[in-house]
Amino acid sequence: MRLLGYMVAYLIIGFARFITAVRGNWRDEAPRDVQTIYFANHTSNGDFILVWAVLPPRLRWKTRPVAAADYWLTSPIRSYIGRQVINAVLIDRRPEARDRDPVDQMVEALDGGASLIIFPEGRRNDTQEALLPFKTGIYHVARKRPDIRFVPVWIENLNRALPRGEVIPIPYICTCTFGAAIHLQDGENKEAFLTRAREAVLALSPDATPEMAHGS
Amino acid sequence: MDHETLMILMIGVLIVLAVASLIGGVLAMRVGDGPNRSVVENLNARIWAWWVMVALLGLAFLWGRPGVTILFAICSFNALREFITLTNARRADHWMLAAVFFVVLPLQYVLVYTDWYGFYTVLIPVYVFLLKPVISALRGEVEDFLIRVAEVQWAAMVTIYFVSHVPALLSLNIPGFEGQNIQLVAFLIIVVQASDVLQYVWGKLIGKTRIAPSLSPSKTVEGFVGGVASATLLGACLWWITPFAFWQAGIMALIIALMGFFGGLVMSAIKRDRGVKDWGDVITGHGGFIDRLDSVIFAAPIFFHLTRFWWHV
Repeated sequence: MRLLGYMVAYLIIGFARFITAVRGNWRDEAPRDVQTIYFANHTSNGDFILVWAVLPPRLRWKTRPVAAADYWLTSPIRSYIGRQVINAVLIDRRPEARDRDPVDQMVEALDGGASLIIFPEGRRNDTQEALLPFKTGIYHVARKRPDIRFVPVWIENLNRALPRGEVIPIPYICTCTFGAAIHLQDGENKEAFLTRAREAVLALSPDATPEMAHGS
Repeated sequence: MDHETLMILMIGVLIVLAVASLIGGVLAMRVGDGPNRSVVENLNARIWAWWVMVALLGLAFLWGRPGVTILFAICSFNALREFITLTNARRADHWMLAAVFFVVLPLQYVLVYTDWYGFYTVLIPVYVFLLKPVISALRGEVEDFLIRVAEVQWAAMVTIYFVSHVPALLSLNIPGFEGQNIQLVAFLIIVVQASDVLQYVWGKLIGKTRIAPSLSPSKTVEGFVGGVASATLLGACLWWITPFAFWQAGIMALIIALMGFFGGLVMSAIKRDRGVKDWGDVITGHGGFIDRLDSVIFAAPIFFHLTRFWWHV
């Protein structure tokens, strides 16, 4: 079963590369084989596939995306991919419907040794805003595991390649830009940390750094 | 197909590459950590990428017509993606773009492969030109409509239509040259790429006067004259792989080199307009596919039509 999972994973990654020619731009520091939470902007359901695709393989297989159970458990195919292929940490976004706290689930995954990919905006951003306000979960995880490093990621263009509601993806060159890791600082309160984290992601967008828009 | 001629060409190209790698290695040792280090690193990245490109071209040539057609279809796909990424295309153009990528592009190459000259020369300039804006218009988004439609038409012409004229060379019927058309492809690519490389080399060695400082800091008058002249001479000396006489091959090479230079200039203007240095970063040291193809794009259709007009029956 695990072998089939790997094969499907490589098929998905291969297809993502075919459409997006995605490149990882480790702008501030090289990828490190240390437990990490990658947090990114969220514009498309394919977001974590791109982050996953550009992670070096030795990091990729221990990195689990945190994804919405209310999306990934709605059909047998999605459920298979979510559970067996990408090994997602499936959280329920609807407080009234869930029996487990998402923060606890993430902490549990961290304690199991995994790295995580999270989208702190909480939902796909189809507004004109570059980045929605962050949900507080990222802060609570940081409080419970204060030593963990958080690496900001900016995913560019995937919303053009696959806008919400379209089925056929259009080839666009997409990039994942990784910034310098941040940590929760001693005595840092919720607002300060969320603001700092959000700004770290925004600083990676091409609008903030025009010359970084398309590689070298 | 005349394998012997191709083998001789291949060996020649490999010797040139080996010498280039040797020079690159010596330069890297001499420069060390000096101020020119990044120039030499870029040079060596380019040479390494040339090995890969030559290997791919060699394999495509060995496979013959299907290989060359598929190789340039793949180049078109990558170039189109690079071009579209820099346009104003938006949500309302989704279906128009899907049609261009997944219908027009494969169809153009199938038509080229099956020799349907009357169709592949009008598919994009006529049918796509007229039908594509209809798809976008039906979505009702009028903002920047002309800009969006014009950009995608440019993208299709430049990255599909003109690039497809390289494999189209294989469909020409030249008396006394039957079965050797792949050498026309080799001639075009060698001359146009040698012209690029020689302009770069002459420019780095003696270049002083910039031709178009606002477009490209690295294009100089000395590089241009030296590069075009030496590429013309090289082309003339390759007359034996073509159906041309020595002087005819020289004139063809001159036209190819000039068109290639213009192509680089025009595609640079588009890059500057969009505020990027390269079209992509797929080919290490060179940039994107369009950075390597820009000169081919302008030279291929002219070379094709001149050869077709004077030699094809």
